[in-house]
Amino acid sequence: MKEKLVLVGNGMAGVRTIEELLKIAPDMYDITVFGSEPYGNYNRILLSPVLAGEKTIDDIILNTVEWYEENNIKLHVGKTIVDVDRRQRKVIADDGTEESYDRLLLATGSNPFIIPVPGHELPGVIGFRDIKDVDTMLDTAKSRKHAVVIGGGLLGLEAANGLKIQGMDVTVVHLMDTLMERQMDEVSGQMLQQSLEEKGLQFLMATQTEAVLGDERVKGVRFKGGLEISADIVVMAAGIRPNIELAKKIGLHCERGIVVNDTMQTFDPKIYAVGECVQHRGETYGLVAPLFEQGKVCANHLAKYGIGRYEGSVTSTKLKVTGIDLFSAGDFTGDDSTEDLVMKDVARGVYKKVVLKDNKIHGAVMYGDTVDGAWYFQLLRDGTDVSDFRDSLMFGQAHLGDSGHGGENAASAMSDDMEVCGCNGVCKGTIVNAITDQGLFTLEEVKIHTKAAASCGSCTGLVEQILASTVGDYSDTPKKKAMCGCTDYTHDEVRHAITDNKLTTIPAVREFLEWKTPDGCASCRPALNFYVLAAWPQEAKDDPQSRFINERAHANIQKDGTYSVVPRMWGGVTTPNELRAIADAAEKFDAKMVKVTGGQRIDLFGIKKEDLPAIWGDLNKAGMVSGHAYGKSLRTVKTCVGSEWCRFGTQDSTGLGIQIEEMTWGSQTPHKFKIAVSGCPRNCAEATIKDFGVVCVDSGYELHVGGNGGIHVRATDLLTRVATEEEAKEYCGAFMQLYREEAHYLERTAPWIERVGLTHVKQKVVEDEVGRKALYQSFLESQEVFRFDPWAKEAEDQETRRAYIPIKKVG
Amino acid sequence: MSNWIEVGALDEIPKLGSRVVETKKGDIAVFRAADDHVFALRDKCPHKNGPLSQGIVHGHVVTCPLHNWNIDLESGEAKAPDEGCAGKYEAKVEAGVVYLSL
Repeated sequence: MKEKLVLVGNGMAGVRTIEELLKIAPDMYDITVFGSEPYGNYNRILLSPVLAGEKTIDDIILNTVEWYEENNIKLHVGKTIVDVDRRQRKVIADDGTEESYDRLLLATGSNPFIIPVPGHELPGVIGFRDIKDVDTMLDTAKSRKHAVVIGGGLLGLEAANGLKIQGMDVTVVHLMDTLMERQMDEVSGQMLQQSLEEKGLQFLMATQTEAVLGDERVKGVRFKGGLEISADIVVMAAGIRPNIELAKKIGLHCERGIVVNDTMQTFDPKIYAVGECVQHRGETYGLVAPLFEQGKVCANHLAKYGIGRYEGSVTSTKLKVTGIDLFSAGDFTGDDSTEDLVMKDVARGVYKKVVLKDNKIHGAVMYGDTVDGAWYFQLLRDGTDVSDFRDSLMFGQAHLGDSGHGGENAASAMSDDMEVCGCNGVCKGTIVNAITDQGLFTLEEVKIHTKAAASCGSCTGLVEQILASTVGDYSDTPKKKAMCGCTDYTHDEVRHAITDNKLTTIPAVREFLEWKTPDGCASCRPALNFYVLAAWPQEAKDDPQSRFINERAHANIQKDGTYSVVPRMWGGVTTPNELRAIADAAEKFDAKMVKVTGGQRIDLFGIKKEDLPAIWGDLNKAGMVSGHAYGKSLRTVKTCVGSEWCRFGTQDSTGLGIQIEEMTWGSQTPHKFKIAVSGCPRNCAEATIKDFGVVCVDSGYELHVGGNGGIHVRATDLLTRVATEEEAKEYCGAFMQLYREEAHYLERTAPWIERVGLTHVKQKVVEDEVGRKALYQSFLESQEVFRFDPWAKEAEDQETRRAYIPIKKVG
Repeated sequence: MSNWIEVGALDEIPKLGSRVVETKKGDIAVFRAADDHVFALRDKCPHKNGPLSQGIVHGHVVTCPLHNWNIDLESGEAKAPDEGCAGKYEAKVEAGVVYLSL
């Protein structure tokens, strides 16, 4: 006999909880759902676009009646639960329907706050909460002219915008001087008001409503001071109140909302509550992301997994009014203990304010250009110390050298047919439709469904903006980001477990950390393989089946399934003999293209997999080894000619490059690792966009770290300056070792340094001499294991050679 | 009317790995899961023809090496929300030998 779960409240939070529960424990409960409204679950936050005529009700249905049937859920629509018998564990609906439960989930949402002025009960006075309210507004707009919206907050402005689009004359009445004063400061609030006035809305600011006028239905509104205006409809958008009527009646402890603990249980442990009706650690939430986090935790607990606690959310806000970009998060007002960084460009319609406290972001408000909103929000939630990049903070993460999305920074200004994701050719309209039609709420979901931001990721900020302006907020990423769907542990937690408990194999890690899947997935397996090897180079054994094909076949797979082969050229220096061998190999194995790479090597394209061991054998004979052009490892050390030939060269950059490459080749790193050595500050080897760059100067060597020439161009940070080649090598090895020990798998040095801070890296590699020498020593020791030529090994070994050929040929 | 063809010893396919059978109609990828189940699919991802035999195998799923589509080994179907089918062949293991039905 299955236990019975009853959900009261057929809205987004409650049904999401049921969905999460079905994912992890599909057969655990007999589920019954009660909803007061006569529909399946719909996306309440998209009521604004419905009112604006951009969407229909059908578009915003999240769970159709068929969905409930398919999942064997008993659905009662149009029935309001009026009482719960907690002793006998049953719920009672207004029509007398009764249902017993073992677990009860309350998700009663919230009610619009109707200001109790005289006349507030007249027909034509409504909130903006459900489909019925939208229908009333649409009906009124057909035949009547005057609309008054009381409340200049998020909801009020969206209602006003919709009514205006439906052809009404709209006056927004706001008690305060600033619109959306909970999300905006004075400056941005005024910019917003101006934009909305340009759209034709009228405002009565700092105005208090005294009475709603009319006999049989609403005719007008009177304000304090005596001003009267006519109104055919009055929308009260003065806030929402958690709907706790039922909970109070049945004696559950309530304050502003139904009080719940970190597992979403009320004071009656058989009764859970999620969504807008709850109060958790003193906070109530009205945005979708926190409600979904609550739902996930609640489902976990209902499924008796016993893991996961809800610890509260930090939220951000976006206004869903087409053509207006604003963003705010955290405490952007500040006080004596905070500092403001402000950028204001009225002509461009751009305003940004970031509030710092102890060099950490405390809050942010942005208007006009919100592309960096998600970044600020991330820094806010992570509590990142921004002192290392405070000087460029206001220009945002994307302020220079972004490629792939045509330099667009404001999603709202883009038309539907403009390309957002340049890798996968995804337009803005496609993303918006996917979000609304398929009910997507998170960046991950948008990536999966549209492929936007799923390749290089340079358009992530834009996609986040589109998501935020379509669903109203973007705050989904939990504070703690799990490595992948196979575990709830983060990269750092997994790395620590491996080091602290001497876990030397992937199965040992999965067992120790109770992985949810038997073999992991294509995302966590390569990461775990790297982590065990990095932590225990002497003890751990490589698992080829957990490596991406390029690293398994020691060559780069191309779109047609052939491979490209790159032999190593130390410091980019080659000889006639090597070139002859490369030319011979290219002809013998029918290379379709011979190309010089960006890292000063030669790449042979179109090599068949079964020919790989043979071509390696030939190149080996000419003295060449694998260039690891395929690996999460040292790629190349690019050099210029330096003092040996160049009239400007200050040091032997070529020679130092070769020495560094001989020291570091074969090393395994979290992501690819590029080095360059330039012979003078003219920097012909482009050392300042490499992971580790050396710029020779007359007095020695400048060492630079964390550069990147890819999606986000990032110039290096100066690590330090040293006098000798020996020191340059020591710092290089120590830096690579620190990166290897600390960065997450697939995290380049640039984002790693931005995450941990340059100060931290300097402290470990520059200031702490003993620590640096230890890191360098660890690096050299691991190189005893990893510095070998995989080509030579596999070309000679008949057993492994077989992996490159078909097991059988038929016909 | 099955027409079983002997492919080779199970041990010649690495666990969580794959080998290719070359046929006139194109390559077939033969996969071996951790539980020693074997599966055979046309060696072309329904997305952009990536060689599935070169992907990472986990559970009864292979991830295409080109663009990370996940293909169900039991059916050859792409995992939602991606759509498409790689085409599957019957495969079995008897006494440590892998057979394929074309």
